[in-house]
Amino acid sequence: MATNGTRNGSTRPARGGAGRVTSKAAAPKTMAKAPVAKAATKAPAKPSTNGRANGVASKVDVRGTTATWTVKAGLAQMLKGGVIMDVVTAEQAEIAQEAGAVAVMALERVPADIRAAGGVARMSHVKKIKEIQAAVSIPVMAKARIGHFVEAQILEALGVDYIDESEVLTPADDQYHIDKHAFAVPYVCGCRNLGEALRRISEGAAMIRTKGEAGTGDIVEAVRHMRSLWSEIRRVQGMRDDELWTTAKDLQVPIELLREVKRLGKLPVVNFSAGGVATPADAALMMQLGAEGVFVGSGIFKSAEDVTDKRRKLDQQRRMATAIVKAVTHFNDPKMLAAVSEEIPEEAMRGRSTATMPREELLAHRGS
Amino acid sequence: MPRVSRTAAAVTPAPADVRVGVLALQGDFAEHLVALRTLGVDAIEVRTLDQLRSVDGLIIPGGESTTIARLLIAFDLLEPLRDLIAKGLPVWGTCAGAILLAKRVPNLDRPPLAVMDITVERNAFGRQVDSFEADLKVAGIEGAPLRAIFIRAPLISRAGRSVSVLATLNDGTIVAARQGHLLATSFHPELTEDRRMHGLFLQMVDEAVVFRATSGSGRPPR
Repeated sequence: MATNGTRNGSTRPARGGAGRVTSKAAAPKTMAKAPVAKAATKAPAKPSTNGRANGVASKVDVRGTTATWTVKAGLAQMLKGGVIMDVVTAEQAEIAQEAGAVAVMALERVPADIRAAGGVARMSHVKKIKEIQAAVSIPVMAKARIGHFVEAQILEALGVDYIDESEVLTPADDQYHIDKHAFAVPYVCGCRNLGEALRRISEGAAMIRTKGEAGTGDIVEAVRHMRSLWSEIRRVQGMRDDELWTTAKDLQVPIELLREVKRLGKLPVVNFSAGGVATPADAALMMQLGAEGVFVGSGIFKSAEDVTDKRRKLDQQRRMATAIVKAVTHFNDPKMLAAVSEEIPEEAMRGRSTATMPREELLAHRGS
Repeated sequence: MPRVSRTAAAVTPAPADVRVGVLALQGDFAEHLVALRTLGVDAIEVRTLDQLRSVDGLIIPGGESTTIARLLIAFDLLEPLRDLIAKGLPVWGTCAGAILLAKRVPNLDRPPLAVMDITVERNAFGRQVDSFEADLKVAGIEGAPLRAIFIRAPLISRAGRSVSVLATLNDGTIVAARQGHLLATSFHPELTEDRRMHGLFLQMVDEAVVFRATSGSGRPPR
């Protein structure tokens, strides 16, 4: 197969398992006859919304060009209005898909259990990720530690659909984030404010989520981060062009990205909310505050914790998952939200108030 | 068999108040709305039965097909939508939407709407790292090739006899097809600034509205 793309000076070894899938049953039989040169020639002249040209990991082959910025950011567009659920097993992944999740996030432990367990939190076990990939047809995301580009290379080789360079895991680098441009797989990253969001985008993130405080079931940090992001965006919109320069310096972000924010009145990539959503009402709150979709971590599989019967517990968790999905669709319709809220189990995630947590237990300040 | 006229400009008298809906349960419906409004169309988000019944044409956007299918069922929209399609409502499915329209989807026991005589393979090109862009020639669209964005895209592996193939990749893979008042594309015209594909669909909506007005029948144009 014709693959003459390069990785533009990336020093890491060529991608292993994540090459073009040619063995799919659906692969057309006419491929051998196809004219090779045609589609390969035109590099798309897209506006570079991330301050760099199209992803340096772009590859050209008979069908077209892979791993372009449009394609990376485009998957996030397809996830909009949806719920991405943390799962630790294939069984949970199936429940999530059944409930209408748009994607699952494969994790070793949900954030609430990461907190409880302490120790170092790392990328999920490869076997677990493969089991989850085999169990569902929706996109599978997985978390890598901040700065741990080898965990990321492994996830890319596994063919995960999105990598979350996440503060929920123990950071591997206290100074540098991963150079996300060097990958064909797109990234989602957390932020607490506009500066963080644009720094991650300039590093190559094709999707953003506000961080919130994972594993607490307390929505207050998610609200704080979403509000501060939008209030800064509105402030930028009101700026004169010459004022953007100083703001770019203050925020340590490329001026091009700031101009883009001013022009669009929003981030140049899709923005979800994460960290603390535990009920349909929480999810709808984040949507009304400007999220384009919601990550739910512990809120689903930490609900109904006191139910001892496993089947009943899974059933209640399934109801919570379904209700949150419906709430995100009808986030602006209080009557519908009331109906949906009636369907959830009586016991939501118990949770922990972030106001009484010592600073060293908070995750959101990791990686700024 | 319907023939698409050669240019969008060659449309016969366009009915004035055409309203097009975009199914807004999940996915990139906002981009479709922007595209339609740029073309001066009255476009609305469709989440309820009343909204669904008020439109002359419907776009099912990109998104997760399993999610959209589940929500169609959960909100009791699936059967009404199938009825409206049977009565001639023009529908365009992009990516996930194409999966919803297809009569046959391998690995899916019961395709949700099952109204269009095509077989659609989900995630046919591989995982996200295999998502791609390519230039496409589309029948009925003149001028430069269309820049098509394929994201975890499905492909049309078989098209029935009453289906016209509108576009294929260089290797022969079918990625756009039309059957009467139904249009399916495995790519995302809404993610680009090129509005010609939306123009093509609006032409189909106009045809259906004109037909309804002149024949007094609810049947699809033939």
